[in-house]
Amino acid sequence: MHAITYETPKSLDEAVKLMAAHGEKARALSGGTDLLIQLRAGTRRPEYVVNIKNIPELTRISFSLQHGLKLGAAVPCIEIHENGDMRKYYPGLTEAAHLIGSLQIQSRASVGGNLCNGSPAADATPALIALGAQARVVGPKGERMVPVESFCLAPGRTVLQPGELLVEFHIPAPERRASDAYLRFIPRNEMDIAVVGVGAALTLDMSDDRVVAARIALGAVGPTPILAAEAAKSLIGKPLDAAAIDNAARLAIAASSPIDDMRGTAEFRRHVVGVLTRRTLAKAAERARE
Amino acid sequence: MAASTTNGFKVIGTRPIRHDGVDKVTGRAKYGADYAFPGMLHGKVLRSPHAHANIKSIKIDKALALPGVKAIVTADDLPKLPDKMEAAGEQAINLNHLSMNILARGKALYDGHAIAAVAATSSHIADEALRLIEVEYEPLAPVMTVEDGMKPGATILLPTLRNKEDGPDKETNVAAHLQFKRGDVAEGFKQADYVVEREFKTAMVHQGYIEPHNAIGIYNADGHATIYCSTQGSFVVRSLSAAVLGISEGKIKVVPAEIGGGFGGKTTVYLEPLAVLLSQKTGHPVKMTMTRAEVLRATGPTSGSTIRCKMGATKDGKLVAAQCWLAYEAGGFPGSPVGAGAMTILAPYNIPNILVDAYDVVVNRPKTAAYRAPGASNAAMASETVLDELAEKCGIDPLDIRLINGSHEGTPQTVGPPFKRIGLIETIEAIKNGEHYKSRLTGPNRGRGVASGFWFNVGLQSSATINIHTDGTVSLVIGSVDIGGTRAAQAMIAAEVLGVDVNDVRPTIADTDSIGHTDVTGGSRTCFATGWAVYEAAQDCIRQLKERAAKLWEKKPDEVVFENGMLSPAQPGGDLKPMSIKQIAPRLARTGGPIVGRATINARAVGPAFATICVDVEVDPDTGKTQILRATIAQDVGKAIHPAYVEGQMQGGTAQGIGWALNEEYFYDDRGILRNTGLLDYRMPTCLDLPPIETLIVEVPTPGHPLGIRGVGEVSIVPPPAAVANAIYHAVGVRMTELPMSPSRLLKAILKKRAAGETQAAAAD
Repeated sequence: MHAITYETPKSLDEAVKLMAAHGEKARALSGGTDLLIQLRAGTRRPEYVVNIKNIPELTRISFSLQHGLKLGAAVPCIEIHENGDMRKYYPGLTEAAHLIGSLQIQSRASVGGNLCNGSPAADATPALIALGAQARVVGPKGERMVPVESFCLAPGRTVLQPGELLVEFHIPAPERRASDAYLRFIPRNEMDIAVVGVGAALTLDMSDDRVVAARIALGAVGPTPILAAEAAKSLIGKPLDAAAIDNAARLAIAASSPIDDMRGTAEFRRHVVGVLTRRTLAKAAERARE
Repeated sequence: MAASTTNGFKVIGTRPIRHDGVDKVTGRAKYGADYAFPGMLHGKVLRSPHAHANIKSIKIDKALALPGVKAIVTADDLPKLPDKMEAAGEQAINLNHLSMNILARGKALYDGHAIAAVAATSSHIADEALRLIEVEYEPLAPVMTVEDGMKPGATILLPTLRNKEDGPDKETNVAAHLQFKRGDVAEGFKQADYVVEREFKTAMVHQGYIEPHNAIGIYNADGHATIYCSTQGSFVVRSLSAAVLGISEGKIKVVPAEIGGGFGGKTTVYLEPLAVLLSQKTGHPVKMTMTRAEVLRATGPTSGSTIRCKMGATKDGKLVAAQCWLAYEAGGFPGSPVGAGAMTILAPYNIPNILVDAYDVVVNRPKTAAYRAPGASNAAMASETVLDELAEKCGIDPLDIRLINGSHEGTPQTVGPPFKRIGLIETIEAIKNGEHYKSRLTGPNRGRGVASGFWFNVGLQSSATINIHTDGTVSLVIGSVDIGGTRAAQAMIAAEVLGVDVNDVRPTIADTDSIGHTDVTGGSRTCFATGWAVYEAAQDCIRQLKERAAKLWEKKPDEVVFENGMLSPAQPGGDLKPMSIKQIAPRLARTGGPIVGRATINARAVGPAFATICVDVEVDPDTGKTQILRATIAQDVGKAIHPAYVEGQMQGGTAQGIGWALNEEYFYDDRGILRNTGLLDYRMPTCLDLPPIETLIVEVPTPGHPLGIRGVGEVSIVPPPAAVANAIYHAVGVRMTELPMSPSRLLKAILKKRAAGETQAAAAD
C-alpha cells in the first residue's frame, strides 16, 4: 500500500530543508485542489506531502504604491478577492483568482499552486504574466527570480528543481493610467476550465489615449501559457483604436499554438483568442482610463 | 404555476412537506455508501484500458499474494448463461450479455469494461491489488460509430450476434432492424408542397446522477444473501443478481437504500452480483462503490445516434408524409432504445403516410441503459426541428402547425392502435396562451423556439400494504424506491382515500422480503401504478373497517357507509354515532384483530404523456456560446398529486434536456478511450447555466385510472434539445443538426454562414 508522510513546516527554512531532503519524492501542498485529485487519480505518487500554508512568507499579501506587490504563493484566492488593494490596483489578477473553481475551491486554492501545477489552462497565470510578475524561488542552492512567462516548461512541468519552493510573486507597482484585465472562455457559466484565457495589462499616456506599455498573455492555447510579445509591442505608441486592437488580436492569434481536444478545436481556439484579445484590451483600457 | 383544481380532493393537489424531508436535510438518510457492517471488506473492479480487445489471459497470483487481499474473481467465477431474455422492468435484458457486461468473458468491449474484481481489507489495498493483476490483451480495431459498425466488412464485436434480416450465417454488428409503416410515403410526398429532409447526429450522453453506483453483498453460510444498494428497483436487482450468480431468486434479499438520482441508469446491475460473489468467496460482507470515472466509463449512458428525417406538408401546413431512419449506438451489447425512438419520433402528429426504419448497432462504448424517456429526445431533435423548418416554409406559426397536425383521441399511434384521451393539444394551447409565448423577445442574437414531445409511460406491477395502528395512524408499505417524492405522493393518496391527515400516514420503502413484487421506479410508472395499488389497498382497509363497524353496531357490512373519513350507519337514526378511523382503531383487537389493507396490481390502461416547451436563447456570435434566457414547459400530468414534485419532474427533465442540447457529450479519442471521465469535462448545466424553469401543469385525466394519474417523470426531457435548436435558428439563422450544440460547433456554423453571406455579397457586387 502506498503510504504518505505529511509534514507541516512552520518556517521557510524548515520547508526548504524538508523539500531538499526529499527531493523528487516530495510535493508541496498549498490548497490541494490539484494535488489531492492527482493523488487519488494516481497521476502523482509523492512519498512526502509538505503543507506550506503555515509559513508566513507564503501566506501574506503586502502592497505599497512605492514598492508594488508581494503575493505569497499559498495565499488562498478568496483572500486576493477580499483585499481592497488587489481589487483596485490589480483587477485583472483579482478576477482571474476569482474565476478558479467555486467559492469553496477559491477558499483553498492559491495562485502559486495554480502556477506550480503547470497547466496551460491555469487562469491566474496569464494575468500574472500580463502584470510582469516575477516568481521568487528558494531552494537548497539559494534563491532566484523567474519571470512567470518562463516558469512553465510543458503541461505539468515547471522550472522548479527537486527541493525548490515557490515562495511569492513580485509584481511592479501600478503606474497611473494603467490597469489589467483577464477574460476566459468556458462553455458553461461556472465550475469550468478555460478553453481560452487572455490576460492584458496596459499603461496609457497621461495626455492622450496612446499606449505607453502593454503586455498580453494567452492561456490554454499552447503547451504552456504564452506571452504574446509581438501583439503587445504592436500597440506601443499608438492610440488604442479598433484598428490597433484588431492588429494586436491578429498577432495574438499568430502567437497561439492550440490543439484539438475535448474542450475545443484548434480552429475554435484561434478564433476565440482574437475575440478575447479584443475584449480584454478594451476592458483593461476602460479601467486604465478611469 | 399550478392550474389544478381540487375536484373535491382534500389532500391530493396540496403541497405537504415530504415525509423523508427531515432525514434528508439533516443528513440522517442513509444512501448506499453510508452502510457499514462488522468485518466488511472493500471491493474494487479492474477495468479494460482498451476499447476493444481479446483477453488472452488474466494472472491473479501476484495480486492474491498481497497482504490484505481476500479474493479475486473473473468471468470464470460466474456461470455461463444462455442467450435468454429476462424482463427487467421497462426493458428486457439478455442474461448472457448482462453477465458478460458485469465481467468481460474473453473480450473487452469498451474502455472501462470490468475484467476482474478484488476484495481486500481496505480500499487502498484493493486498489494496489488491481495494479498487480496481469492481463494480456490483444487489442482490436475499435468500432465507435453506427456508421462504422454498419459498413460492410466492419470489425465484429460479438461473433455470435445475428439479426433476422441477414440470417443465421452472417456476422453483424446490427442487432435488430425494426420497421413501422402506414400508408404509402412515396404517394404522400407527391401531395406535399414543401419537403424538408435533414440528417442529424446526437452524442452519447450520461444520466448524470450525482450518487455513484454502490453495493454491499452479504452472503450467509446458509446460502442466503442480502444486498444493500441504491437502485431504482430492488426486485430487478434481486432477479438479475440471482440470474447472473445462478442463485434462486428467493435466496436473495435486496434492501434499497436512499438513492441519489437514477434517471433510468439504476435499473440494472453492475456491482451487486460482484459484491455477493466476493462475499461468498470470503465469508465477509463486501462493499463496493464506484468512482465518478467508473460511472462515466462503464455505466449508464444513452445512445448517440444518426437520424435522417424527411417530412412533407401541404401549403396550409397539413403533414402528408414522413420518413425516418434511425441508427442508435447500443454500446458493447445489444439493446439501444432505438425502438422507442422509432415509435416516438412521429407520435405527436397525425400523418397519413409514414415509414420508419430503426437499427440497433453494437459499438465499442459502454452498454447503454435507460435514460429518462430513452431514445425519444434524440428522435424529437430530428422531427421537431424539421417540423419547425416546414412551419417556416409554410409561413405558419410553429405552434399552429402543431395544433393543425397534433395527435388527439383517436389518432393512430405509430404501432397502430389509436390513442385514448391524451393532452398534447392542451399543452400546445397552454404555451400559446401563456405569458411567455405572448411576450416579445427583443435584442440582437436572441431567438425563441418551441417543440413538443411524447413518451409512452408504462404500468407494470406494484404492491402496497397499509397497516392501521391502534392510535388511528397508518403505515404505508410500498416497494417503489423514492426518487422524486414517491413517499409523499403515495402517503397523500392513502390519506385522501382513508380521510386521515397526510402526516398520520407513515410511508416505508420495504425490502424485497417485506412487500409484494414491485417493478422499477422508472417508465414514469410509480405514481400511476403504485398509486393505483395504494388506492386499492386503502379501499381494502375501508372494506374491513366497514365489517368491524358492522360488528360493533350489530349490522351487516353493507349497512355501513364510509364518507369523508367517517364510518356511519347507512340508515341514520338510533344512538349509533359515526366513527372516524382514529375512533375505531383502538377497538380492532376486540373486533377480530389488526387490519391490514393490501393490493397488488399489474397496471394496464397506461396514459401516455405529452409536453410542449418554449425556450428563449441568446447566442454570442463571436464565440458560439448559447445562454438560455427563459424556458417554459407545459405538460399533461393527468392529475398532479403533489404539484411541487410534479413541477420538479418537469423542471428536472427540462434541465437535463438543455444539458443534452448544449454541452453534454462523451468524448472518445481515436483509440476509443473516454477522455472526459469527470464532471469538469462532462459538462452538465450548473444552476448558473439555467434560468428558473417555468411550468404549466395541464391535467387531462388518464381514462380508467381511479385518480386520473398520468406518469410525469420522463416526457419533459424529450422536447428541450429541439426547442433550443429552433431558438438558436431564430437567433442567428443557422440550423443545427448535431448535438450537443456546443460553442465550437455553433461558432463553426455561424462562421460558415457568414462566409457564405460574404461570398454572396461579393458575387452581387
